[in-house]
Amino acid sequence: MSSYSFDYLDHLESEAIHIMREVAGQFERPALLFSGGKDSICLVHLALKAFRPGKFPFPLVHIDTGHNFPEALAYRDALAEKIGERLIVRQVADTIQRQQLTEPKGKFASRNALQTYTLLETIEEFEFDCCIGGARRDEEKARAKERVFSVRNEFGEWDPKQQRPELWSTYNGRISKGENVRAFPISNWTELDVWNYIRREGIELPSIYFAHDREVLVHDDQLIAVSDFIQIEAGDVVAVKKVRYRTVGDMTCTAAVESHAATLDEVVNEIIATRISERGETRIDDRVTEAAMEDRKKNGYF
Amino acid sequence: MDLLRFITAGSVDDGKSTLIGRLLYDSKSILVDQLEAIERQTKNKANGEIDLALLTDGLRAEREQGITIDVAYKYFSTPKRKFIIADAPGHIQYTRNMVTGASNSELIIVLIDARQGVVEQTRRHSIIASLLRIPKVVVAINKMDLVDFSEDVYNNIVIDYTQIAAKLGLKDVTYVPISALNGDNIVDKTDSMPWYKGLPLLEFLETVEIAENINLSQGRFPVQYVIRPQTEELHDYRGYAGKIISGTYKVGEPVTVLPAGIQTTVSRIEHNFKDVTEAHAPQSIVLHLKDDVDVSRGDVIVPTSFLPKQSNELEVLLCWMDTKPLLSGNKYQLQLNSSRVRAVVKNIEYKIDVNTLENIRFDGSVKLNEVVKATIRTAVALPYDSYADLRANGGAILIDDTSNITVGACMIQ
Repeated sequence: MSSYSFDYLDHLESEAIHIMREVAGQFERPALLFSGGKDSICLVHLALKAFRPGKFPFPLVHIDTGHNFPEALAYRDALAEKIGERLIVRQVADTIQRQQLTEPKGKFASRNALQTYTLLETIEEFEFDCCIGGARRDEEKARAKERVFSVRNEFGEWDPKQQRPELWSTYNGRISKGENVRAFPISNWTELDVWNYIRREGIELPSIYFAHDREVLVHDDQLIAVSDFIQIEAGDVVAVKKVRYRTVGDMTCTAAVESHAATLDEVVNEIIATRISERGETRIDDRVTEAAMEDRKKNGYF
Repeated sequence: MDLLRFITAGSVDDGKSTLIGRLLYDSKSILVDQLEAIERQTKNKANGEIDLALLTDGLRAEREQGITIDVAYKYFSTPKRKFIIADAPGHIQYTRNMVTGASNSELIIVLIDARQGVVEQTRRHSIIASLLRIPKVVVAINKMDLVDFSEDVYNNIVIDYTQIAAKLGLKDVTYVPISALNGDNIVDKTDSMPWYKGLPLLEFLETVEIAENINLSQGRFPVQYVIRPQTEELHDYRGYAGKIISGTYKVGEPVTVLPAGIQTTVSRIEHNFKDVTEAHAPQSIVLHLKDDVDVSRGDVIVPTSFLPKQSNELEVLLCWMDTKPLLSGNKYQLQLNSSRVRAVVKNIEYKIDVNTLENIRFDGSVKLNEVVKATIRTAVALPYDSYADLRANGGAILIDDTSNITVGACMIQ
């Protein structure tokens, strides 16, 4: 008998592939929620490992707020084409019109919360019973308690007090009509794990993850990309800076960080050195209240 | 760099959240903005210092009640290891959460308040550790600063706990006297307890050997999904996707597909887009068989030289996790890895007192957080291993057929 040792990334990878295959084995109509961000790009890479040479047993689904970075959208389309998998895109703007929703107002009016409506519509439209997402437990305190298979009711709501016990590596995906499951294969990854994995696997990322010149609005120590989606007022400080993004969300609510990191190695080294967590640095929407994420999750957010 | 999953258990005021906060803080896993957020919250409270416990109290309801109500997972790394902490609450009504957190853990930290010594909950947590077969136990004797760092206090607790460990069959127990609040014996050895000759807690966690329960000779491969591209060029491709939960698989090895009992040979193994000649737990692979046999999700492919047990009658220790009581004769779904079958709880022999480990007479129904010895009959004869021999293939869950909730955890005997 000999012994073998595995790197922690091997453990995390195998666990994630196992979870994806459990989704494929347990659900009739799953979907993979794809945003063009690094976490969902990792999911696609893991799905390739889980299912090739077969096709994915699910489509990629993008809930498009209309406020996305053009670079992320271009990457999304190119990736779907390259791997030959089905991509479904649904627009938040259509939901706003159809359901007569009120858009948030203000300087950085974000459609982030409205995504939930489109997601739920899309789940209904395609009768998805399970949506795979790239959420990680280290992102935020409410997430730290969420199961890998997280059951949502027909409104997409998460009830933290009614979670199913999740033991060993045994995932219970049985649901009643109207319910669906969010499955999180990279629950146990940290931001640094994701970056280390991307580096190890040589995964291609959208260009905005690397340092580039961009016109930004300097607001409360945060750098917001100048775009048609935010209001520039007299007195605002706008400057061209060398920046990169740590997360890719909406242009209205994702802040850039100043950086000269142009390669994956340089980005990872910066992440290691950084002392500010991902959501705090770059997500404007989490600053509102301490319980912001908990509220949104209860209401059916990803 | 490898990976260690551990669970922390303690009573409400043992300082468990503070210890976790301390490990995160001292390993520099707490980032500036998270620290600022807890500083802001701490200012709303009476005491002035940073309350490290706030880092782990995740949900608003918990913050309002000042208690932890569910298993939270926390992550930190040192240059030697990545750690995943399952933070399980200590109060009596949440045994099920501790069982949940313990199921994946290779090590448990049992916290004892040096002023209180071994209490009822210490016993309960240790019993759960033994039921769930957590291989390693660390007894962290906390708040040593409040007993003047007394060696006698420490020694008496060690003597008390040694008796518990002996009774429960916990073989691998390590004792560390600490002060989580002050950081004594967490990262560095403290000067306050020169009589302690062991490692500080973090160094112990970094260096403790992880057996991972991976027995390389005991191959177990539950099939999760069948890959059949059915394209022109891959017309005959039929691969069995799954994760090796135990042991090693080699091309050319004689294997048996259970529960059907069909014998064949491994013809090909794919891992990471490549063909390999052998693969090991815990890798996720695609396995091919020489013969064209009928294999589907839920089947287990095992080495013919090392078959698991197989039966439609399972003796189990069952931890009940539902608010609705378990009644003898109730029907459920039993899920063991990827296999799910109909099951009936046939006979409940006795209850186990999780505070004393004594057997109590069964009185008709089993309530939330109770543990019983029972016999479960399954619709199909399941291949399984005894939980004591192989955790990965001996732990099953029970699912309520109508509510779909996970209602029980079974450790197969």
